[in-house]
Amino acid sequence: MNLKLVVWRQAGPQDKGRAVTYEARDISEHMSFLEMLDVVNEGLLSKGEEPIAFDSDCREGICGMCSLVINGVAHGPERGTATCQLHMRKFKDGDTITIEPWKARAFPVVRDLTVDRSAFDRIVQAGGFVSVNTGNAPDANAVPVPKTVADLAMDAAQCIGCGACVAQCKNASAMLFVAAKVSHLALLPQGQPEKQRRVLDMVARMDSEGFGNCTNQYECEAVCPKSISSSFIARMNREYLAASAARQPERREEGGY
Amino acid sequence: MRLSLSSIVKKSIMAVTGLALCGFVLAHMAGNLQIFLGQDALNAYAAKLQHLGPFLWLMRIGLLVCFVAHIVTAALLTVENRLARPSPYLHQATVKATFASRTLPMTGLIVLGFLIYHLAHFTFKLTHPEHAHLSDALGRHDVYSMVVLSFREWPVSVAYVAAMVPLCLHLSHGAASLFQTLGLRHERYQPAIRCAARGFALLILAGNSSIPLAVLVGAVKLPGGA
Repeated sequence: MNLKLVVWRQAGPQDKGRAVTYEARDISEHMSFLEMLDVVNEGLLSKGEEPIAFDSDCREGICGMCSLVINGVAHGPERGTATCQLHMRKFKDGDTITIEPWKARAFPVVRDLTVDRSAFDRIVQAGGFVSVNTGNAPDANAVPVPKTVADLAMDAAQCIGCGACVAQCKNASAMLFVAAKVSHLALLPQGQPEKQRRVLDMVARMDSEGFGNCTNQYECEAVCPKSISSSFIARMNREYLAASAARQPERREEGGY
Repeated sequence: MRLSLSSIVKKSIMAVTGLALCGFVLAHMAGNLQIFLGQDALNAYAAKLQHLGPFLWLMRIGLLVCFVAHIVTAALLTVENRLARPSPYLHQATVKATFASRTLPMTGLIVLGFLIYHLAHFTFKLTHPEHAHLSDALGRHDVYSMVVLSFREWPVSVAYVAAMVPLCLHLSHGAASLFQTLGLRHERYQPAIRCAARGFALLILAGNSSIPLAVLVGAVKLPGGA
């Protein structure tokens, strides 16, 4: 199949960027979207042009590295799928495909279609963890977790941090990502001791990174490659409001060991 | 631009003031629908409201606080949201966001514009002073005749009915959205909440529009039958 690609090219974070049109010829419908781009890049390289920069790593839909807004939809037209698992059979011969990077103030473009998603890392560093004292590993079943709760926590834990939720949100809000991280830990017994501080710190970090605010349109859950539900956003709102109301003042550490 | 309030606190302010305003819109409509009970019922209701004394002022101040908080917070949130994506996509697409949710700031602005007109019309009596100072047989302010005479002018009636459409859209998203923002969501009740919000919005549209339409078609007449 032959396609016309309209691709966002941007030399670096300071460059204004522009759309450039390329022809993609003799593309197999069995190729993944990224393999199609590899073919286009081979062509560009053979002509001595700069190849299109895009992110990818595992190419099996589990790492969260690939991105791309394809015809205005993050990860393209297939639901519950990352770009690397999107195949060209979803398109028709002669289609024009617009390919853009995630666009958000909090995700500055590095080059072409690659963006800097370290804002997500900083949100996780703010509280998306469980502190564990060193020592012997505890017995796996010592802390009982009901099956339904474990399943729900796993649904949230599926988040691969790709940032599609931010890319698709009309307000570039990171609420689905943060909600998934907060919910995953808040549901489990191991997450309880740091539950209040976690949600307050992660939301504060999210706000300071310059993401927008959620307007409950649920575009995020529609494009999430892991189909994470927006019900986790309600759960985070609940956790946040409860933590704001109930949080005890921090005690100053005194004395020592 | 960001106040020290967090995004979730600002959204909660939207939700709580929005809920209070939903209550006001419903009570306002229920009061006004007494026009169908006749001149005496509506004028008696209006006189009763006027004689609430300090409670009336408590209600007015509460309402004003809700309106101002709702509008100011909405403006802050909207500016932050615009700043969060400085350059828009070349190809814009929507997967599942509803029309009502995408037009929320716009319908809010239209409703605000209508509200200013509505206050100038019936509260401050600036647009139709000739109908505004009538009295009924008991010496009460004749709200009934003021409304009937105003709505007999078709451009006024059309403006009122037309303004209820963006209000309906605004409510249909907002009334469901506020539960999500306050964290009141459970998959078992979610479809019911969404249905109830749409039903509420349609009820407001139908109830409020029925008054100017009833006057226009002559179903609601002046006391003498004119």
